[in-house]
Amino acid sequence: MKTVKKVNRRDFLKTGAAGAAGLTLTFALPERLAAQTGASVARLNGYVHIGADDNITFMLTKSEMGQGPLTALSQILADELDCDWKKIRTQIAGVDPKLYGPLQGTFGSLSVRTSWQPLRAAGASAREMLVQAAAQKWSVDKSQCRVENGVVINTASNARLTYGSLAEAAAKLPVPTTPALKDPKQFRYIGKSVKRLDTPLKVNGTAVFGIDAKVPGMLYAVVAKCPVFGGKVASFDDSKTKTVPGVKQVVQISSGVAVVADNTWNAMEGRRALKVTWDEGPVAKWSTPGIRQMFMDLAAKPGAEARKTGDADAALNSAAKKIDAVYEAPYLSHAPMEPMNCTAHVRADGCDVWAATQIQSAARAKAAEVTGLAPEKVQIHTLFLGGGFGRRGGDDFLADAVETSKAIGAPVKLTWSREDDMQHDLYRPASYTKFAGALDADGWPVAFTSRVVCPSFAGLQNGVDRAAVEGIADLVYSIPNVHVDYHVGEPGIPTTYWRSVGYSQNTFFTESFIDEMAHAGGKDPLEFRRRLLANNKRALAVLDLAAEKAGWGKPLPSGRARGISVVNNIGSFNAQVAEVSVEKGKLKVHRVVCAVDCGQNINPAITEQQIQSGIVYGLSAALKGEITIDRGRVKQANFNEYDPLRMDEMPVVEVYIVPSQANPGGIGEASTPTAAPAVANALFALTGKRLRKLPMRSQDLA
Amino acid sequence: MAQIKFNVNGKPQTVDVSPAMPLLWVLRDALGMTGTKFGCGMALCGACTVHLNGQAIRSCITPVSSVAGKSVTTIEGLSADSTHAVQRAWVENDVPQCGYCQSGQIMAAASLLAKNSKPTDADIDEVMKGNLCRCGTYQGIRKAIHRASEILTASNGAANKGGVA
Repeated sequence: MKTVKKVNRRDFLKTGAAGAAGLTLTFALPERLAAQTGASVARLNGYVHIGADDNITFMLTKSEMGQGPLTALSQILADELDCDWKKIRTQIAGVDPKLYGPLQGTFGSLSVRTSWQPLRAAGASAREMLVQAAAQKWSVDKSQCRVENGVVINTASNARLTYGSLAEAAAKLPVPTTPALKDPKQFRYIGKSVKRLDTPLKVNGTAVFGIDAKVPGMLYAVVAKCPVFGGKVASFDDSKTKTVPGVKQVVQISSGVAVVADNTWNAMEGRRALKVTWDEGPVAKWSTPGIRQMFMDLAAKPGAEARKTGDADAALNSAAKKIDAVYEAPYLSHAPMEPMNCTAHVRADGCDVWAATQIQSAARAKAAEVTGLAPEKVQIHTLFLGGGFGRRGGDDFLADAVETSKAIGAPVKLTWSREDDMQHDLYRPASYTKFAGALDADGWPVAFTSRVVCPSFAGLQNGVDRAAVEGIADLVYSIPNVHVDYHVGEPGIPTTYWRSVGYSQNTFFTESFIDEMAHAGGKDPLEFRRRLLANNKRALAVLDLAAEKAGWGKPLPSGRARGISVVNNIGSFNAQVAEVSVEKGKLKVHRVVCAVDCGQNINPAITEQQIQSGIVYGLSAALKGEITIDRGRVKQANFNEYDPLRMDEMPVVEVYIVPSQANPGGIGEASTPTAAPAVANALFALTGKRLRKLPMRSQDLA
Repeated sequence: MAQIKFNVNGKPQTVDVSPAMPLLWVLRDALGMTGTKFGCGMALCGACTVHLNGQAIRSCITPVSSVAGKSVTTIEGLSADSTHAVQRAWVENDVPQCGYCQSGQIMAAASLLAKNSKPTDADIDEVMKGNLCRCGTYQGIRKAIHRASEILTASNGAANKGGVA
């Protein structure tokens, strides 16, 4: 049992006076997202603050970027606390390692997985303290009390005390170390499609995203960055910039030259007039064809061992049938709808940062590093994220704003244009990966080998980046002989986590190649997978459910075909069946059926949203997404050159959730990997053409 | 710099900015109305959609000089209390995820329904394909537009029978 950390029990506060470092945000905080004001508030633990007015503030430590933690985590807490849902208020917590651990952030589809036990414990613990406080007031044993929707009831006298009236006394009591958790049968909110708490704010313009931060006296900035990765400013001429109306200052910072003005547009105009000479550095020698050749050269030699089961080489040499193939995936941009931006106010004695960040701990550390201030002097104010997808785990945009504010001695909102965002992303790495498969005389697999060439973006252990080989080295299928090795192919293009990480390209590779093996063995792709998943009940169950709901094996209108795929990632399982056509040379995805097992479901409606969302993100990459490099620069600059899926390209997506009370798995990244291979396998079934390189474009089928 | 007068959500506004400054940045930075979003700056994504004299436009490529004397409606002014049929349908269906593109989606959908109160899926595609959503809320948007159409039809019917729209 996770113990609940307790804040200073005498630490009552009037939160109305708790503005950060005397600064006041000038936007009105929406009702359900505001710190409580007016009434005294008791902190029962790091997550639960209860006001005398009965309102309950849930201190949220995860970033809301659409994936739903604001609502889903509130459900978990409210359930164990047994409070009235309408009384739940949420506030995004500042960085506090003592209360929330050393790494405060939102990544890896971990929000529910890592909060499930702590929030249940926090809710249950607060509930026990409230009951104890009531028992003391009534001078009865706590066994004589029960709770109902935010009220403690004396079962003998039927007297009632609300949580708000008990909170101050409860906060003075010892914190139960092992609070009793509910039996899942008693869940009131967990597992229900409770309406999202953020929807009302997102239909009338009141939701405050990072880019909407307002600080009194703030200026606006943009940065001119070297178009070549790693390049530096050699010199610049700002004489024309300084004649642009509204431009206040031009300052050199680590990442380039910041132009500061009285509004964003004037800053952009000032940047247009700026002349910078760049020292482009070594990455300027790389273009996409050269990167590919470098990957191919590496793939010719053995790499660092990522997995060895049995003797794959021997099995391949003696197999009845052998196939091999090369798969490729490009660099990808995250391209969230909200371009990178940050507002910072650096002072001699402290620093405030307003940002749409995924990793508050790293944001604070970066701001401390840039300013030279102690981390405790830095306040990170997390606002809504206009999409994250891994990009907002980076601290580059934050450093731009903090450094600029420090240089000019004023609060500043620094905004990246879409072009800045697309050309200075931290990209999903490109990959060049070889496969070989061996089948026995009956067409069943005996060996599977893979050699992965991919930049390292998550660190090396014994020469292997586990994130770069996930989806291959942890192959979901039982095959007796498996060998996977890995090469770092590194041209110096910045890379990072991209929704579903290594699985984003590797599941396309493995699920396509497994399909190739099935066809080579003369087997139905579903039956082939079923046999190899005989010992993996959860994977088999989602595969069967997706196949059943999609009508696998049943006739389709002429000109259409189905493809199937399955993955076990982020602690969850999902399978997809895509239905495609190619008419007049144009590839179209008509329908995607997804079955998912994510363990205990918190909010089925949000799960369904996330599965749809992941599929759209996966299809955008599968059908359209490609970042190419020309002399160290990204060629694509805006959505006309890197165009995500649009409404008229949207297939019908059906989601089926397998009921489960297993520990919760992740959901935000679950369905992205399975979209591309389901489409590729359907295209093969339809046309006999195997597309092994992403994106899959209509012209590739000609 | 020039003084430019126009109406925003029924209120007269005067701004003293460069005439070439896009309406988007005037709304966001000069008037502090941040509901309208910056996405691309090239009319490619629709996040900045507002209504100009009732027509949906991309405010990121609309010079403020061209709106002088005209009426702009932003997401903040679509209704006083989130009761526009599109907003109601959006809430009913919990359409937004991250929500960043949704102001633009809602303004585009409201404009579509003002011209065509019963749009088909093809009609919806034709208009809404101009609005990107990286969270992939398209299926929810489609459903909510059909629902908003029902709400409008019902309230028009009620109005015709002497009810309150």
